[in-house]
Amino acid sequence: MATLEMAGTSLELDDDGFLVNRDEWSREVAEELAKADDISLTDRHWEVIEFVRGWYAEKDESPTLRRITKVGGIPTKELYQLFPEGPGKKVARIAGTPKPEGCV
Amino acid sequence: MKKLLILGGGTAGTMVANRLGRELDAEEWQITLVDQDPIHYYQPGFVFVPFGIYKKREEVIKPRKGLFTPNVRFILSDIDLIEPDKNQVRLKKNDTTLSYDFLIIATGTSIQPEETPGLLGDEWHKSIFDFYTADGAFALAHKLRTWEGGHLVLNIVDTPIKCPVAPLEFIFLADWFLHEQGLRDKVEITFATPLPEVFTKPRASAFLGNLLEERRINVETEYLIEEADQEKKVIRSFDGREVPFDLLVTIPLNMGSGVIERSEMGDDLNYVPTEKHTLKHKTFENIFVLGDATDLPTSKAGSVAHFQTESFIHNFLRYIDGMELLPTFDGHSNCYIETGYGKGTLIDFNYDVEPLPGKFPLPGFGPFSLLEESRVDHWGKLMFRWIYWHLLLKGKELPIPVRMSMAGKRL
Ligand SMILES: Cc1cc2nc3c(=O)[nH]c(=O)nc-3n(C[C@H](O)[C@H](O)[C@H](O)COP(=O)(O)OP(=O)(O)OC[C@H]3O[C@@H](n4cnc5c(N)ncnc54)[C@H](O)[C@@H]3O)c2cc1C
Repeated sequence: MATLEMAGTSLELDDDGFLVNRDEWSREVAEELAKADDISLTDRHWEVIEFVRGWYAEKDESPTLRRITKVGGIPTKELYQLFPEGPGKKVARIAGTPKPEGCV
Repeated sequence: MKKLLILGGGTAGTMVANRLGRELDAEEWQITLVDQDPIHYYQPGFVFVPFGIYKKREEVIKPRKGLFTPNVRFILSDIDLIEPDKNQVRLKKNDTTLSYDFLIIATGTSIQPEETPGLLGDEWHKSIFDFYTADGAFALAHKLRTWEGGHLVLNIVDTPIKCPVAPLEFIFLADWFLHEQGLRDKVEITFATPLPEVFTKPRASAFLGNLLEERRINVETEYLIEEADQEKKVIRSFDGREVPFDLLVTIPLNMGSGVIERSEMGDDLNYVPTEKHTLKHKTFENIFVLGDATDLPTSKAGSVAHFQTESFIHNFLRYIDGMELLPTFDGHSNCYIETGYGKGTLIDFNYDVEPLPGKFPLPGFGPFSLLEESRVDHWGKLMFRWIYWHLLLKGKELPIPVRMSMAGKRL
């Protein structure tokens, strides 16, 4: 199983690079997870991440991109720029929320 | 006399009305159900319509008024407004106001093609179709009968959608249908989904993942449609990917009922905030939400509505006697997936357990197979229509456990 090594601890990741134990998420962990996607987090990224985490805390699932736009106020096109190629999955991974899923 | 009011008489509303019609004392309880539509649609049948498996409207509809037990009063009307602070609901018909002691919201979800630019317009039901409505499904059947081939694109506008497996079933059935017509070599099929993968759950992708490759289906993932361009005959995503189509089958944005929005009781998609394990409204103590109308992280499906109804009834009968609600709903879902060529498969899962392979409902014996293609599962799906009208809607017991069981599943 893959791991994320940081500051002397090692965090377990699943096959898609998501934290196995979501409680281990922190801002520092997010920075590290983003590095794997060649993203360095700006204030705008953090706005998205905070919205996603807030939504997850309330609804028990990651918000869709449409919801990040409609409810969180960040235009969809910008999401594709902030988290290029597959923002849906990348945002969730970096924010430490579950992978967007269907039922199969 | 206590008043129980049920909003929506689809799968969930009808089941719960008929179950409570039997359970509650008619001397003490008045049960009223309101729906705007005189017709009850058997929506799972819509998947079969485009391919001529069901040919006539009578095969997927019934008049609604004959579907309730005698002590359920049915009112045909648009519901205008829910006023939970006053314990009352306003109807459009004759400006009626209905008061209630307990309210059940079961107003479902429906497609909103107008939310995506370019879906509606001249090409709607000419080269752009939905199959989530009876009209769409029959129009598509008509088109497919004379279609000569080209690029068939199936696009899901966004999740959540009701019956999340229906788009996949459509693709599998289309592949089979076109093969039977001798057209398969003249058709390219593309599946464009907003999700990161078609199969997002590990065990399901291990067992079903290669089905798409075998059937030569192109896949576009994380595809969020911005517009359909009717002139150029392409759909365009927010990140600029253009997919050309000759025949576009869309699953438009699904949204909860307009009355939820008017009453300011929903989220951005008009789904009602609901307690995950008890199905009670998150704020109001005398409101429950069943079926597709909830904001719960489980599938929007008839089977889920059934399991919800069963666990709700048990709880409600306690609740009205002053006992607390038990956290009995586990998110259980059970769906047949048609895979074409006379076969199908079955998935069974809940909030915490992903679909696993095995046998259902009897361990080792089945007769249904989980996550494996089988002929019996296809017959199960066809038989389901009879079960729907004659057992499910009438609120009769089904031989399947309400809570998900691990028996028969392989880890
Ligand atoms: C193509 C397709 C295939 C499907 N296949 C399957 C399957 O194989 N298995 C499965 O389990 N499920 C399947 N489903 C899903 C299933 O049909 C739904 O999940 C189920 O019907 C939900 O029940 P419900 O009562 O919540 O909503 P519905 O049955 O949709 O009922 C909602 C009712 O509320 C009424 N209503 C809404 N707003 C108002 C208003 N303002 N005033 C008055 N009345 C109102 C509507 O008229 C409607 O009758 C499928 C659905 C589709 C579209």
